[in-house]
Amino acid sequence: MAVKYIRVNGKMISARAGETILDAAKDANIHIPRLCHLEGVSDVAACRLCLVELETDRGSRLVPACATPVEEGMTVNTHNEKINEYRRMIIELLFAEGNHVCAVCVVNGNCELQDLAIEVGMDHSRFEYRFPVREVDLTHQIFGKDQGRCIFCTRCVRVCDEIEGAHVWDVAGRGHNLQIVSGLKQPWGNVDACTKCGKCVESCPTGSLFFKGSAVSEMQRDSGKLEFLVQARDKHEWTR
Amino acid sequence: MSKIRLATVWLAGCSGCHMSFLDLDEWLFDLATFVDVVHSPIADVKEYPDNVDVCLIEGAIANEENLEIALNVRKKTKFVISFGDCAITANVPAMRNMLGKADSVLKRAYLELGEVNPQLPYEPGIVPVLLDRVTPLHEVIDIDMYIPGCPPSAQRIKEAIAPLVQGEKPVMEGREMIKFG
Repeated sequence: MAVKYIRVNGKMISARAGETILDAAKDANIHIPRLCHLEGVSDVAACRLCLVELETDRGSRLVPACATPVEEGMTVNTHNEKINEYRRMIIELLFAEGNHVCAVCVVNGNCELQDLAIEVGMDHSRFEYRFPVREVDLTHQIFGKDQGRCIFCTRCVRVCDEIEGAHVWDVAGRGHNLQIVSGLKQPWGNVDACTKCGKCVESCPTGSLFFKGSAVSEMQRDSGKLEFLVQARDKHEWTR
Repeated sequence: MSKIRLATVWLAGCSGCHMSFLDLDEWLFDLATFVDVVHSPIADVKEYPDNVDVCLIEGAIANEENLEIALNVRKKTKFVISFGDCAITANVPAMRNMLGKADSVLKRAYLELGEVNPQLPYEPGIVPVLLDRVTPLHEVIDIDMYIPGCPPSAQRIKEAIAPLVQGEKPVMEGREMIKFG
């Protein structure tokens, strides 16, 4: 397989042709923050947290690392004052856009959004909170959905479609009417296509999809479960 | 050196941040060598005094009284700290915002859920009037520092305040200092 060399934060690293900047950086132990990216499913570059600065002859521009393939001689910066500020703004906007009340959330302490808020140094949101009216769906036998905690990363949509093959979830509406819907907007409990596998719940970065009966700070996810499934498929390793 | 004039204020919150402050236990004696507590819900001082150096404000802005107090504190205080998640994000008190304006919130709480004697509270001058929207503190006054947490742990409060009384700025970063919830 062809090898490409790129420069990340001043350091030369090698990458496989066709690989994304995010994957190449990961192999080189260079951390790039991300939210919508999930190992084993396709990338949609929705959250924009993995934006990195690409230096070109015509000046620098920002590109999503998860959706930009490496090219020979690329020069990339993963962190600088401008990118850090954008990342913090994105996290602040996510908090202001939904109803993220950490104090009463099932994943308080085990939440990727909360972790990123810490990473980008958010001690408050400079944006006005929207307090949107969002649906809570508790019709499913074992899972629940609180749309107020959703950040529209669409991990659940992709994991259900691409790994489980059930395609229960979809995105509906536009702008502030955006929603994640189950079974063409049926209550989750009525959707026959749902196999109750729980991959969507395991993939959710916030407390939007949760196991019923979990109390505040109680819910832990098993991230190894999804990694194992992807590994099993790609490398034919069927035992964990 | 004269002592730092410290105040704490309790707005729309559960007082958990103040409980956490009291959790500093014997360190409060050390703190008392540097500061005079000039106003606090745990000290019986009715009027907020002039010339306060540092004030910790717990709680969101949920009613007219909260708003009036916040504006008054800002006027009389050099360094205002937004203390805890309710002050910073409006947190649990703001969960009523999803029910609509003050009217529908009151109807829901006192009429629809009022079992024994359903009636709307109305005592002008005694019961503060609810604002239509609960907001974080920094939407109504300028804030000099934020201490997140629900509640911020005693350790976090100490790490934030100890440098301040020495005239230094604390480093508010990392899980131990700025995790919400």
